[in-house]
Amino acid sequence: MTGQIGARHPRLEDGPLLRGLGRFLDDIPAPGALHAAFVRSPHPNAAIERIDPSAALALPGVRAVVTLDDLRPHLARTRMPLGFRSSKLPPTVTASVLADGEVAFVGQAIAIVLAETRHLAEDGVAAVSIDYTTRPALVDCRDALLPNPPMVRADHPHAVVARFALGYGDTDAAFANAACVVHENLFQHRGGAHPIEPRGILARYDHAEENLSVWSSTQMPHELFYMACEVLGLDENRLKLATPEVGGGFGAKYAVYPEELAIIATARMLRREVKWVEDRREHFIGSIQERDQYWDVSLALDADGRIRGLRGSLIHDQGAYTMQDVNVAYNAGTAVAGPYLVPAFHLDIVAVQTNKTPVLTVRGAGYPQACFTMERLMDAAAARLGMDRAALRRHNLVPPEKMPYEKPLKARSGAPIWYDCGDYPACQDELLEAADWNGFAARQQVARAAGKYRGIGIAHGVKGTGRGPFESALVRVMPSGRVSVFTGAAVMGQGLATALAQVCADQLGVSPEKISVIAGDTRTITLGLGGFGSRQLVMAGSSVQLAAKAVAVKLRKMASHMIEADENDLVLTDGFVHVIGTPPAAGKTIGDIANVLRGSPGAGLPADIEPGSDAHVNFRSDQLAYANVCHIAEVEVDPETGGVDIIAYTAMQDSGVLINPLIVDGQVHGSIAHGIGNALFEWMGYDADGQPVTTNLADYLLAGATDVPRMRTLYRQTPSPLNPLGAKGVGEVSTVPVAAAIISAIEHALAPFGAHLAQAPISPAQILATLQAGGAAHGPA
Amino acid sequence: MSWGESRTITLTVNGTSYTREVEVRFHLADVLRHELGLTGTHLGCEHGVCGACTVLINGRSARSCLMLAVQADGAEITTIEGIADIDGPHAGGLHPLQEAFREFHGLQCGFCTPGMLTTLIELLRDNPAPTEEEVRIAISGNLCRCTGYQGIVDAALATAKNLREATAPA
Amino acid sequence: MKPPAFSYHDPATLAEAVALVATLDNARVLSGGQSLMPMLNMRYVLPDHLIDLRRISELAHIRQSGGDIEIGGMTRQRDIEYSDLIAAKLPLLHEAIHWVGHRQTRNRGTIGGSLCHLDPAAEMVATVVAFDATLIAQGPSGVREIAASDWTLGYMTPSLAPDEILTGVRFTPWPDGHGAAFVEFARRHGDFAIASAAAMLTADGAGRITRAVLTIGGVGPAPVRLTEAEQGLVGQLANETAFAAAARHAAAIEAIGDALVPAEYRAHLAGVMAKRALAKAWSRIDGKGKLAA
Repeated sequence: MTGQIGARHPRLEDGPLLRGLGRFLDDIPAPGALHAAFVRSPHPNAAIERIDPSAALALPGVRAVVTLDDLRPHLARTRMPLGFRSSKLPPTVTASVLADGEVAFVGQAIAIVLAETRHLAEDGVAAVSIDYTTRPALVDCRDALLPNPPMVRADHPHAVVARFALGYGDTDAAFANAACVVHENLFQHRGGAHPIEPRGILARYDHAEENLSVWSSTQMPHELFYMACEVLGLDENRLKLATPEVGGGFGAKYAVYPEELAIIATARMLRREVKWVEDRREHFIGSIQERDQYWDVSLALDADGRIRGLRGSLIHDQGAYTMQDVNVAYNAGTAVAGPYLVPAFHLDIVAVQTNKTPVLTVRGAGYPQACFTMERLMDAAAARLGMDRAALRRHNLVPPEKMPYEKPLKARSGAPIWYDCGDYPACQDELLEAADWNGFAARQQVARAAGKYRGIGIAHGVKGTGRGPFESALVRVMPSGRVSVFTGAAVMGQGLATALAQVCADQLGVSPEKISVIAGDTRTITLGLGGFGSRQLVMAGSSVQLAAKAVAVKLRKMASHMIEADENDLVLTDGFVHVIGTPPAAGKTIGDIANVLRGSPGAGLPADIEPGSDAHVNFRSDQLAYANVCHIAEVEVDPETGGVDIIAYTAMQDSGVLINPLIVDGQVHGSIAHGIGNALFEWMGYDADGQPVTTNLADYLLAGATDVPRMRTLYRQTPSPLNPLGAKGVGEVSTVPVAAAIISAIEHALAPFGAHLAQAPISPAQILATLQAGGAAHGPA
Repeated sequence: MSWGESRTITLTVNGTSYTREVEVRFHLADVLRHELGLTGTHLGCEHGVCGACTVLINGRSARSCLMLAVQADGAEITTIEGIADIDGPHAGGLHPLQEAFREFHGLQCGFCTPGMLTTLIELLRDNPAPTEEEVRIAISGNLCRCTGYQGIVDAALATAKNLREATAPA
Repeated sequence: MKPPAFSYHDPATLAEAVALVATLDNARVLSGGQSLMPMLNMRYVLPDHLIDLRRISELAHIRQSGGDIEIGGMTRQRDIEYSDLIAAKLPLLHEAIHWVGHRQTRNRGTIGGSLCHLDPAAEMVATVVAFDATLIAQGPSGVREIAASDWTLGYMTPSLAPDEILTGVRFTPWPDGHGAAFVEFARRHGDFAIASAAAMLTADGAGRITRAVLTIGGVGPAPVRLTEAEQGLVGQLANETAFAAAARHAAAIEAIGDALVPAEYRAHLAGVMAKRALAKAWSRIDGKGKLAA
């Protein structure tokens, strides 16, 4: 059915979810399964001297306690492969499938207790006795750069994981004789991913077929499949892997974890069905986080506010192990100049190991930190120059006439950072109008008269989306007249199935309800990269569109034989292929055509017909499609409590062509709520010894319904030239500028007190501390 | 098979009576999900903060992770699976609140949805004309990582309005 | 995060319950469960026995006796929230209850459970202290009445013998027309307060304070009644200076600090909340004089 692109189509996914019939990992019936619970390290840094499972094994219902030594004979390798096979990091940066003689963060998995219920398994965990020799922990990432820092772990005793510089142009010249130089020391931290459904995996050993069927709540089913085959030394035909409904990912499920491979290996070793469902406390200590970054940066400008150069350094906390690469630090470093023309740039980055949970990408993946860094500098420069903050930004935005615009930096793929299209100044102009930026002073006066301190902040973001190298799609018309779309993309709650169905429906002339999307199942499609980097609609959507288009050609060609018409006169409408201008029902149903194309024993097919009613496309692109975003936040701050109330929030985004604006709005709203958490709430704290101090949702705060204001969303739709849909990603993009906009607004509200804010998140206590100090608060405490 | 102290309890869930022997240490959510197969009630934190496990117990919303199943012996429980039947049958087979969630995109991954729906069913029963702030306060104990709450709030407000108009005297 | 194994008891009468607490070792009393259940799921507590009071219907009630109002220990917070009698006679409690957790936890949580759990930030404890209410405990040898001021022995430690059960709490309402306010500051709606203040005031027609109560929660190891501040207020003209002087007592409380909230911030907030509670309570007095300049 044409006209699907841009339709606010209610989601196909909703019916079962609203009835409680969605099937998430823990909902899969597994009556005979053993329930797994992990014995996890209570120490941030220790050698393991002895593991004694005897007391646990003596408990009722406990069936086994599994350590790395038990698994060793069943593994082709005990150490996890690096998630990015292109990474140049040494192999020892990764963890083992279970702890191998030492632990390097609180929460590291040491052993698995398998029991008849999860309750019994937890009883067993408490009874496993382990002797440790504890070692001092490296907790503050800055300490890694001091002489003789504590050793994070013996099997990779290097404090620095990666040290590199990014840059171009002559920053020394840019800073020499600059009329205005501003400098910031910034602390940033984004916390955990916290999908409401934690991780989980179910591995079923099939005695009849001697193979394993695995379901995992993951964003990357194919990566898990291939990595499991590699680590277990499995014939790829002996493993089936599928994702059930996934209750959100936000980056937490964008990695293959040691626990997943340990559970699969255990199921194979015991020839039993094994289930592990991560609980929230495990998520706090065992799932990836984006933690501390310390930025020391300067910006040089001309007297008229034109940026001359940006330089500085970044210290990045990588945690105890590296799972893919130093991608968060790399993204942050390459994105810091964002939407602005910055003629000279130099950033020294050092990523260091700490005795804390591994760091990997959380929704936004380093881009929010880049944005916060740049936008704090821009606010400081505007204040120094006495310019309006919006005017200074507009003055430096990449103008539309320079599009496409190449930054002399490379994305992870090696391709240049190449802003494909967009009109950043126009976005800002529309946003200022919508948020009544110019009318703010009057609103501020009214608030002040009522004893309230009101401020407004603005921030711009740019994010690379549609990460490649490709995504798979196989589109097949079935004899029933329904259409199946198989893809290696991962469905994890965003409405991808609906959006892909709309793209497919648009080509095949059926309603989206006729389309089934089967995602993330290695039995139906062999290649796939999964859900990350705001890529799925861009990449899988393009594959679906191209494949559906090819299927339409096949259907028309076959129909031309069946109804004796020229294929160029045929169109697809309401499930029929028919001659243009005639009623659809006068043609043939696509199901009937598919039934012919699937073949019949001995029956001939016309000579120009290729069998089958399907097409498989792996749309590829190494270029990121750069979406841009600009947000304005208006806040009131209580200078007696430090409390912040977000009064108004207006968001402008250009994510290219929008396939389903209803879904896009939802992505933007959720992204902003996440950013509000990053501005005001989310802090994964550790004490000085390396013990986590925020391991429940009462201490670690997610933004709730009363913390998130009503949001207004605006869009421009500049079609990306990089894919046939003209689309750009959405889901992470709107998280990028939120903390920057909100903290700018808080600082603006508290300008009468001389406030200077240099961290995200910032708590009411820290806001007050800045007022009392008359300067910047600093650090996580 | 029971591995510890157990009791036989009777629960009426969505109008159906179930009698089961359950371990006394099982919380209600575990029994609903794994003994009765009603997996629409989700566990997001098991310490009473996220609200995904919220059900109605004798008409009142409660966290099913903060209640032992034995404490619910004799109770009438409504879970997400039973919401479509409240004041039903409804055209289309969904309760107006569920329809509104679909129309206003009040769910994405769907994991918090059981708690949102049960909590809002109770709110709309107690307060047929809530303000936006009252809706937000009502669901302030239900965390959602996907929607930013706006679609949920809009769905609740629209449902309240529709139900008021449907029951208003002509 | 599943509870450890325990034995479960659900006595039908108070006498049975008292007998159980008196005889069972390592037993915990389960009332609303909204604090105990998370602690069980996280295995922060490992009781051998749980004694559930849910079947003892005599413990769930709100009733007037003489001029007093008695609330049974198993009365759900929700029933207090929706009680017209409480709203009319104990406006401080009526306001405080809205700050307790969320709708779903108030539906299950009980006043007795909150008083016995004794979280430093618990609104119910602060309110009971503000009223100088009387707590009623039942033990094997009979009933014992405990003044609110004697209820807290230390951090999360109530003055309840191992063989006693808290059966209820008795409030003496303030005269009609008094002003009451419960204010607090928390990071998010429904979170435990970083600091709370409960205030009640009466005044003469000239705008002079005739009776004052001020209690701070969340700041010390238990809610604190600021008697010196109260005494300082009585006889004063109600104005910002008087309230600020009282608030200085609040800010001087020796505050608890932790990794999330520094002690000095709690103490500072105590002062802010005290000032605001007093001003709000004052604004609610019927027939008072104007706030003096």
